Amino acid sequence: MSAGKDRIPVNAPNANLLPSSVVRDDEPALVAAAKRGEVSAFEELVTRYERKIFRLTRNITGNMQDAEDAMQEAFLKSYEHLANFKGDSRFYTWLVRIAVNEALMKLRRHHPGEFSIDEEVGTPGEELMPRELDDWGPTPEERYQQVEMQEILSEAIDKLEPDFRIVFILRDVEELSTEETAKLLGLTITATKSRLLRARLKLRQRLNRYFREGGPN
Amino acid sequence: MNCKHVIRELSNYIDGDLDPVLKQELERHLEHCEDCTMIVDQTRKTIQIFSGSEPINLPSDVKSRLYAALHQKLPGRSL
Repeated sequence: MSAGKDRIPVNAPNANLLPSSVVRDDEPALVAAAKRGEVSAFEELVTRYERKIFRLTRNITGNMQDAEDAMQEAFLKSYEHLANFKGDSRFYTWLVRIAVNEALMKLRRHHPGEFSIDEEVGTPGEELMPRELDDWGPTPEERYQQVEMQEILSEAIDKLEPDFRIVFILRDVEELSTEETAKLLGLTITATKSRLLRARLKLRQRLNRYFREGGPN
Repeated sequence: MNCKHVIRELSNYIDGDLDPVLKQELERHLEHCEDCTMIVDQTRKTIQIFSGSEPINLPSDVKSRLYAALHQKLPGRSL
């Protein structure tokens, strides 16, 4: 994947925005109304989640066209199958599952072998011990403007191999449980945890280059 | 517990999935190991920064095509 060319940056944290784990109180009412055929309710759900679902499909597929197609399919399928949504999870979580499946299908079709369900991934004997250790100071993220932070985060995640990237996105950005992530990806819990650990360590190392005191060099 | 064990259990520790005895051993190690403490703190910070990030708006052409596709499926009105 070409770094930067078709990148959808992620914004720097904004304390005024809700984290992805927080659902607005009216979501169940909107879903119920959409099920009754109120199109405007479904429109509101699309408007609410389009950016997150696009970021998700973009992060999984690694390219804009597949991301767009997967996002469209996810919303269309969620509408078609809304009657099957039983409300035993958040609507957003259900939508994420559909979007992940669509995006994985694209990834596997266009890049077979890029996402493996093997138990072990990575270079055999690869050392997990972090190599770069520098003090970040108390608030490293405040050293960058919002746009710069977007670039830093996008570049860091883009450079992760899909095996690690997808698990990290589902666990730490979408905040799915380990079990949900494993089930969605067809991985064992052990493999999911192993990939998550490697992803987190790799991302820490990449951010270290920007956040260490004195900045990148 | 040595540094390698701490790194191996890092995710479980951060996620609160560690057995209480192991957790105690790990925290005892952290009390005297600055490097591991730094790695734990920075990994936590890394997760926090990504989980708190918000996506930007959809490019306008992508948004238009999404709504056109939905419009064909949804009865009765345009988005």
